[in-house]
Amino acid sequence: MKEKDVYAELSSIRDLMERSSKFISLSGLSGVIAGLYALAGAGLGYLLVHNLKTETGSDGPYAGEPVIFWQLFMIALAVLVFSVVTACWFSVRKAKVKNENVWNPVSRRLLAAIVVPLFTGGLFIIIMMMKGDYTTVAAACLIFYGLALVAGSHYTYNDVKWLGFCEIFLGLLALVLPGYGLILWAIGFGLLHIIYGTILHFKYER
Amino acid sequence: MKVSLEQFDKAFENRIRLQIMSVLAVNNSYDFNSLKDLLQVTDGNLASHLKALEKEDYITITKSFIGRKPNTQYAATQKGKDAFKKHLLALENLINQQK
Repeated sequence: MKEKDVYAELSSIRDLMERSSKFISLSGLSGVIAGLYALAGAGLGYLLVHNLKTETGSDGPYAGEPVIFWQLFMIALAVLVFSVVTACWFSVRKAKVKNENVWNPVSRRLLAAIVVPLFTGGLFIIIMMMKGDYTTVAAACLIFYGLALVAGSHYTYNDVKWLGFCEIFLGLLALVLPGYGLILWAIGFGLLHIIYGTILHFKYER
Repeated sequence: MKVSLEQFDKAFENRIRLQIMSVLAVNNSYDFNSLKDLLQVTDGNLASHLKALEKEDYITITKSFIGRKPNTQYAATQKGKDAFKKHLLALENLINQQK
């Protein structure tokens, strides 16, 4: 056995260990785009709230207004759907380029890991909204999303774990500072995704 | 440069067998089709190497059905993991010796 054969053998082992246990088809670019959607959504939400304030002259809890509340809700939902579709589309494309199958044991495990915190969070938010408590919605979005990222990071890039911790921290901060929900939501889902996507792109895709 | 192959595990002489063990070393279990996709080998080729590893008691096979489709899961035994670790150490020693 020649020396370079040994090296080739070892590097193929390492490569297989990584590819078989980590989902590496996540695309950094889709993170950046998701961040842009979120920023656009937050901007639109801010405009709506701002208009309402100038119309009514009140500075009260805007989310209590049913119309504005549903508009904000639909914006958030649209951001979520667009982000998920973009992320899936880019992952499928990246996997195809590398001649791999996206639907493999690792991606199934990744989904299984994130589905519990995400669904719990979704139900938590819906229950809080039905009770008419809108103050925790932004915080709960960030906290449960962060928990899902930390849980899923075991099956993908380790950087995802740090993104998760940052989201959890912002969520807790949003609980402490209720009036800043929208801006913290914009930082967490917009700015952080853009930063994280850029890091991912330059670290692994070049 | 030739070196003695005595310290290497005969079962891992074949590259595909070594690759199968690398996958099973870091995953609790893996199914046949996913292994096939990952290693990009033919059914028959993969099956014969899996059989060889099973004969050595390095892996266990669990057959079940998902709906009507057969689903075969493979997992490394403790013996297989130990042998794999030993083989990796031997590879590393080889590199260190040549330095």
